[in-house]
Amino acid sequence: MRDRSTRRHRLSLKSQLSSRASTDLHTYLDHNATTPVRPEAAEAVARALAQYGNASSVHRFGRLIRHVVDGAREDVAALVDTAPANIIFTSGGTEANNQALMGHDGPVLVSAVEHDSVREVRADATIIPVDANGITCGETLDRLLWDAGGGSLVSVMLANNETGVLQPIREIFAVARAHGAVVHCDAVQAAGKMAIAFDDLGADVLSLSAHKFGGPPGIGALVVRDGFDPELLLRGGGQERRRRAGTENVPGIAGFGAAACAAKAGIAKFGRLGALRDNMEARLRDAVSDIVIHGGDAPRLPNTSCLGLPGLASEIQVMQLDLAGIAVSAGSACSSGKVASSHVLRAMGCENETARSAIRVSLGWSTEPRDVVRFIDAWIAMAQRRDGKAEKRRSVA
Amino acid sequence: MSPAPTAIYLDHQATTPVDPRVVDTMLPWFSETFGNAHSEQHAWGRQAADAVEVARDQVAVLVGAQAREIVFTSGATESNNLAIKGAVRFALRHGRGSHVVTLATEHKCVLESCAAVADEGATFTIVGVGADGRVDPAAVAEAITGDTVLVSVMAVNNEIGVVQPLAELGAICRSRGVLLHTDAAQAAGKIALDVDAMQIDLLSISGHKMYAPKGIGALYTRRRPRARLLAEMSGGGQERGYRSGTLPVPLAVALGDAAAISSDEISTEGARLVTLRDRMLERLRARRDNLFVNGSLVHRVPGNLNVGFPGVDAEELMRALDGVAISTGSACTSASVEPSYVLRALGLDDADAGACIRIGFGRFTTETEVDAAADMIAGAVDALRGEGPARAAE
Repeated sequence: MRDRSTRRHRLSLKSQLSSRASTDLHTYLDHNATTPVRPEAAEAVARALAQYGNASSVHRFGRLIRHVVDGAREDVAALVDTAPANIIFTSGGTEANNQALMGHDGPVLVSAVEHDSVREVRADATIIPVDANGITCGETLDRLLWDAGGGSLVSVMLANNETGVLQPIREIFAVARAHGAVVHCDAVQAAGKMAIAFDDLGADVLSLSAHKFGGPPGIGALVVRDGFDPELLLRGGGQERRRRAGTENVPGIAGFGAAACAAKAGIAKFGRLGALRDNMEARLRDAVSDIVIHGGDAPRLPNTSCLGLPGLASEIQVMQLDLAGIAVSAGSACSSGKVASSHVLRAMGCENETARSAIRVSLGWSTEPRDVVRFIDAWIAMAQRRDGKAEKRRSVA
Repeated sequence: MSPAPTAIYLDHQATTPVDPRVVDTMLPWFSETFGNAHSEQHAWGRQAADAVEVARDQVAVLVGAQAREIVFTSGATESNNLAIKGAVRFALRHGRGSHVVTLATEHKCVLESCAAVADEGATFTIVGVGADGRVDPAAVAEAITGDTVLVSVMAVNNEIGVVQPLAELGAICRSRGVLLHTDAAQAAGKIALDVDAMQIDLLSISGHKMYAPKGIGALYTRRRPRARLLAEMSGGGQERGYRSGTLPVPLAVALGDAAAISSDEISTEGARLVTLRDRMLERLRARRDNLFVNGSLVHRVPGNLNVGFPGVDAEELMRALDGVAISTGSACTSASVEPSYVLRALGLDDADAGACIRIGFGRFTTETEVDAAADMIAGAVDALRGEGPARAAE
């Protein structure tokens, strides 16, 4: 019985694989949830998957594997302009954020628009409010730090996952440092999409995730300032210089390194997505006057657009676009199963109603202009259907 | 970049190569069907989520569990951390006890997890093992107190391959109302495991010890009666809240496929590995009288041999054996020069513990490789002892 059921599973996997051609014709604009693995990274992963050995073993196989890990560490370090010794590989951004915040002994302050993997770590965290564009104010932080007393930890993200809004991070961190606070930066959405110089940022510790910019899922990093000793989260073997236990995920690390190289080389090209995005927003605004572009007045990542279409619930919009073969999201992927409206938009002062009619459109390294054109057409058609229904309701009344 | 073709890989307890069938299954999920399994509102996400659920079921079948009892993690270290810290923290928070029982021969990450909760107010008892590496179930029963929350006993030891009496321990733990966790990183896919028959409540699995890639593992968490845990990582609430973080879909798919392959091949492959192990031992014994085997040969995972050559420094032996990849113990502590605490727990003194090597056979090991490796090992032992061959090689 056991044999039969496993065989059936293997068959059903095969049949899923053969049906994957169906998505080839579709338009994927949910790159902030995850983005396809870049060819350079896929190749590095495949190469490492064919290699034998454990990076911690001292024999020949182990030494060759160690070499792969060391090379990737240099590439990841180069992406954020720091030294390889400052990179601690983790299973992803969530683990990195948890490790950064979990063990801190003292008050913890996090911005109101942080990702759940920062917000949910410490039940005792103080929330730093943001303005209507989602920007954290240095003066407010200063006041909160006076209230908190010494020994605080401040966590503010570089770029928001839902709106793409960039924080004035150096200014905020300068305030935090003036209070002697430990400074954490969640750079999961920013890395590989804009230039980051960790050593100049003023942060003690920074989180990265590979799969947000074309590396494989299941790998990330905690970047630590020289001399900063993070608390242990996972305990066990002495890997990562005793800063993270567990056998090194070598294919993941290799793919992370290759993606870091490719992303760093492609930063300027990624920046050009901004023109595509701005043009898209302009066309949508021309077609639909009551559109809301959340965070549109603030500096943003070039690839992200958070669009409100009043009167039409986010879920309905995402569903209609899905039927048209277009993938976008109603917020961050982790919480997309939940029905609550976005905590990010509510923190920016949106009414529940407004927050519930927003979708996130995120372009990626593989996005082409025709993808955006298809989205524009589908979105405008959707808005017109909304208006048509409203019209009908009015005429019935 | 790849190792010289002459090198023979006999370190399968450190890590196994990824089965090429598994590689074929997982690769498309990186760049073609790349969706985030939590984005279930669109086609890419649903496709990924469906694949993850197939994989979850495949992993469940391997240990006789239900799919919804499987939580994907980044590996056995995380699974063990989650099981032990999670169960004890839950008990501490709800005043349901604070004591853990574990073995002296457990993997470092189990002992370290116990130490972590000890810092938070728990206590733990370490039970010793016999000279054959097996624990006496009565000793565990004796160590359980009214305050005990959890017993954590590994299924198969990583250094000596000894299989612990899980079913007996399961019966004891269930009758005493204590959770049984087992670190099955070295056992899953190698020996038959059944969480119901063995009454196991929590069971840790590692992908890269069973021909899936590194960076993925699983924790079985019993639903009836429920094994309750506090999560180690907070965030998006994935894996039913037990483990936040974006699921690495290609890795989960790979673990599922590897589990399905192991489920299909477990008995034939086990028998083949026992033959290879016996062949190695006979060949070493034919050339060298002066060797001893660590751990029971009866209650042992098929692919493991751990032998000592009195008077030989195992570190030197390793260095002399560039053509054979073996180890002196756990890879996680390879860099340390301390003698193995596992071998010390069997009653070996420092000198004998420092004279032992672990030889791990796997799915792609051939008889020819075993013969060649045996001759190289015996030759290197002779050279280190300053002896000629004890007997002429066949």
